[in-house]
Amino acid sequence: MTPLLALSTGVLFATGMYMLLRRSIVKILIGLVLMGHGANLLILTSAGILRGSPPLIPQGEERIADAHADPLPQALILTAIVISFAIVSFACVLVKRAYEIAGTDDTEAMRSSELPIGSDPGGADT
Amino acid sequence: MNSVILRTTTVFILPLLLMLSLIVLLRGHNEPGGGFVGGLLASAAFTLYVLAAGAKAARHLLHVHPITLAGAGLLFALISGVMSIVAGHPLFDALWTDTKIIGQVKIGTPLLFDIGVYLTVCGVVCAIAFQLSESAEDARDPSPDEADPEGGTL
Amino acid sequence: MIAASVFTLFALALLAPLVVRVAGRASGWVLALAPLTFCAWYASNLTAIGNGAVITPDAIEWVPQLGLAITFRLDGLALLFALMILGIGTLVVAYAGDALAGHPQLGRFMAFLIAFMASMLGVVVSDNLLLLFIFWELTSITSYLLIGFNNDKEESRRSALQALLVTGLGGLALLAGVVCLGLVAQTFEISEMLERADEITASPWYPAILILVLLGAATKSAQFPFHFWLPNAMAAPAPVSAYLHSSTMVKAGVFLLARLAPVLGATTAWTTTLTILGAATMLYAGVLALRSVTFKRVLAYTTVSALGTMVLLIGTGSPGDGALAAFILAHAIYKGGLFMCAGAIEHVTATKDTRRVTGLLRTMPLTSIALLLGALSMAGIPILFGAPAKELAKKSVTATAHADLLLAAIVASGALFTAAALIVALRPVFARHPHPPNPADPAPTTHKAGAALVGAPLLLGILGLVAGIAPALFIEPLVRASTLATTGAAFEATAKLGAVPLVALKWLIGPSALAVAIGIALYALRTPFGALAERADTVLARIAPPALYQYTLDAALALAGWQTRTLQSGSIGRYIRVTVLGGFVIVGALVWHTDATSAIAPAWEQVKLFDGALIAMIVLAALGAAMVRTRLAAVAALGVAGLGITLVFITFSAPDVAMTQFAVETLTVLVFVLAFYKLPQFRRLTLPSMRIWELTVSLLFGLGMTSLVLIATSESLAPTISTFFSENAAPQAYGRNIVNVILVDFRAADTFGEILVLALSAIGISALLKLRTQNNNDNATEAAQ
Repeated sequence: MTPLLALSTGVLFATGMYMLLRRSIVKILIGLVLMGHGANLLILTSAGILRGSPPLIPQGEERIADAHADPLPQALILTAIVISFAIVSFACVLVKRAYEIAGTDDTEAMRSSELPIGSDPGGADT
Repeated sequence: MNSVILRTTTVFILPLLLMLSLIVLLRGHNEPGGGFVGGLLASAAFTLYVLAAGAKAARHLLHVHPITLAGAGLLFALISGVMSIVAGHPLFDALWTDTKIIGQVKIGTPLLFDIGVYLTVCGVVCAIAFQLSESAEDARDPSPDEADPEGGTL
Repeated sequence: MIAASVFTLFALALLAPLVVRVAGRASGWVLALAPLTFCAWYASNLTAIGNGAVITPDAIEWVPQLGLAITFRLDGLALLFALMILGIGTLVVAYAGDALAGHPQLGRFMAFLIAFMASMLGVVVSDNLLLLFIFWELTSITSYLLIGFNNDKEESRRSALQALLVTGLGGLALLAGVVCLGLVAQTFEISEMLERADEITASPWYPAILILVLLGAATKSAQFPFHFWLPNAMAAPAPVSAYLHSSTMVKAGVFLLARLAPVLGATTAWTTTLTILGAATMLYAGVLALRSVTFKRVLAYTTVSALGTMVLLIGTGSPGDGALAAFILAHAIYKGGLFMCAGAIEHVTATKDTRRVTGLLRTMPLTSIALLLGALSMAGIPILFGAPAKELAKKSVTATAHADLLLAAIVASGALFTAAALIVALRPVFARHPHPPNPADPAPTTHKAGAALVGAPLLLGILGLVAGIAPALFIEPLVRASTLATTGAAFEATAKLGAVPLVALKWLIGPSALAVAIGIALYALRTPFGALAERADTVLARIAPPALYQYTLDAALALAGWQTRTLQSGSIGRYIRVTVLGGFVIVGALVWHTDATSAIAPAWEQVKLFDGALIAMIVLAALGAAMVRTRLAAVAALGVAGLGITLVFITFSAPDVAMTQFAVETLTVLVFVLAFYKLPQFRRLTLPSMRIWELTVSLLFGLGMTSLVLIATSESLAPTISTFFSENAAPQAYGRNIVNVILVDFRAADTFGEILVLALSAIGISALLKLRTQNNNDNATEAAQ
């Protein structure tokens, strides 16, 4: 199963990167989310995968007797998911603001309209 | 999104979701769940209410400002960490009592910490949802520079 | 007391703006009290140190690991310089109070000036070479601030930067030299190095040390070919020129050479280099002085020339001749006075061009007297201190191998000095007919000169006279003390310095009179001579150091601009391409080198049908999100991908993560819907050719990540800390969900950091959205107006 998960990790990173390289800022956002998925899969798969043995200790026992999934990468992924949600939300608002001020969703055009931003919010027509 | 069905069902779903989130929070130490998931569920409940009744009503329902909620969560988490210093242990070392609630959840600083996480996540997501919804409501006002005719339909 | 004098002055520099605010017009006098007090203390040690005593206060450790300690040492040489720095410093501070009276930034100026004084004092009394270097750099920085004080003038800023770059570059060389010297000597204390002079000169590092130290000293003391910054630095206010560029800063290099002469000086390399360097600077700058127009530039070039003489004297110096000390002292006294006169004249007549200043004897009689005394001393006319100083210099070079040649050079330099003195003094003081006024000049004004403006140069002129007539009073002990410190031999020159009639008689029949005669002739022929020098200089200017400096500066700026434009293009795509391709090459080389791919053993056997469908769902959704044309479809595809990932988490034993992922997925879609409400539809912006290029980068990146996962999973990992977490979750942390126990107990501090990030992002979003509301309100207000 690992090779398949490795493949989907690669696909998520590749598509995420492709979207990050777009000039439209909305597409960049979508790339960000795809890459976040890829990173989570990367952590999960790299640590080794196991079916049907979650890191939960049975009631009344001190430890899990059999082999079980590694809890540490799961804790890492769990916080990573929530943080990437916050980051994506922040990026969404940033993109929205940038679009409102620069009047364009093209990062190249934004670069050339750097000067008018401060002087005329929302008015630059590039 | 001014759907009567949505608004009616939300009234029933909201308390259920909130209760569920609390259960998930409390059982998290032993079963799948915990502060992060609980906080996300609670904020999902409020976000649903935003969609049904608007950000203003949701703010009213929450009573406190969401950022205040997040701040309170951080404070809880910090207190739980500092308490161990006061007791002479390293920072964020756990302290436990022998009391249990609901039969199996032991009272200790990790529980306080998890509540802090719950409040922070809930506050942060609510803050994001409320504000985005408000700015979308602003944008819905007719304005002369509306460039994208399809903008409203996504 | 030595440490106190240095650090009190630094403290006073901080307080200076406050003092100026309180004391107003009298601030120059008030602030001058501090250097005056310390000057008196240093002077009180003159007799003892003249007899060979050395004051060494206890060392204060600073960074013992580096050998850096605050150790001071007051011997004859340090005393000579300290008295110059504080004595002339006292006059300069009082003078500056008048020269810049009413200037809005007088407080700042005084702060810089006194900080400079403290740094300079630190240089001369330090025993630790690293400490000396720190003070040395402080003089560079404070002098930069002083030269660029009129920062509204472009010329001023450029000159200050030039001075900083040249002396700063030399400072770097000096630091390297100091470190080498310290490593060879195994100590940074100069007093201890003296005992190891033989070891140091015999070390293979010696040539490097010599070159580096010389670079530092030559840039600071404006030796050829680094002389050009000094005349340009005359853009500074008059008190700065009088202080920094006649008697203090530029002498730091001379001081360093004199200080290290007992350590490094016992070789032919040292003697030859210093002699040639000094002689070249002395003559070259002397010639340039004659073709200069403005008063201050003439003086600046004679300063460079005099510095050359000093370096020459360090190179040739024989034990006990006292020439160096006498020359330094004489130069400081007359040059300080002359620069102050120049400043006073500028202040009163509001012109910088010597040719437009005439008849000062009538309008400014006291300044004229000071000017004449200084100029006569510079020309080396007997009964002024300049004469015996020059006699000693001649005496000093006659003891060397190339006595005739050097004597001729000194005579030539004397002639050039005489001519320069005549240019400076003769016409401005005595001429009756003013030069035709230049219409571009501001109308002559009659500023009133304050007491210090006239008094300070006059005092220095009289000091030169007293020193010439009665050297036994204070000059002789000072020269003796300093000579003892630099050469270790006692100075026996009472007869040479004293007895005025004898000196005068010897002078008349000696080469000095010849020098003066040639100088007068040069003055008479200065127009053709100046033109000749001008022409030679124009040719030289194309290849000469100033031009070289400019080329280097331009090249450095061009390089910086080019690399900024190339590396910091501001295009996200470009950054990503460079990062990914660079990373791919580096990591790929590493993988290739370690042959990590051979360990990959794909474990296909566990694949079930459901898994295949799941992976297909994720891959298709990811591709779909990247390829669809509408935002709604992209967001929907993202949701499907997220759902697929959630299922992966469920399949592979991560229920907590799956729950979180599911909740977040729902909320992400909501956020996108709310945030994208007003954003435009997707457009095709990238050219097809670019698209292929970017596709390649993306594929390489994905390939790299897939390989990474495969390599990571095929390595057998060392037991991780997870085992500890699993073992201890239930017994110690009373929790059966190990993931949750890790989050809220074992690694709670990390989690706290993470929720802090969450809160910060919410605050950031609030700020961004509030900003918008505010901007809109502003626009509305503007529109209403």
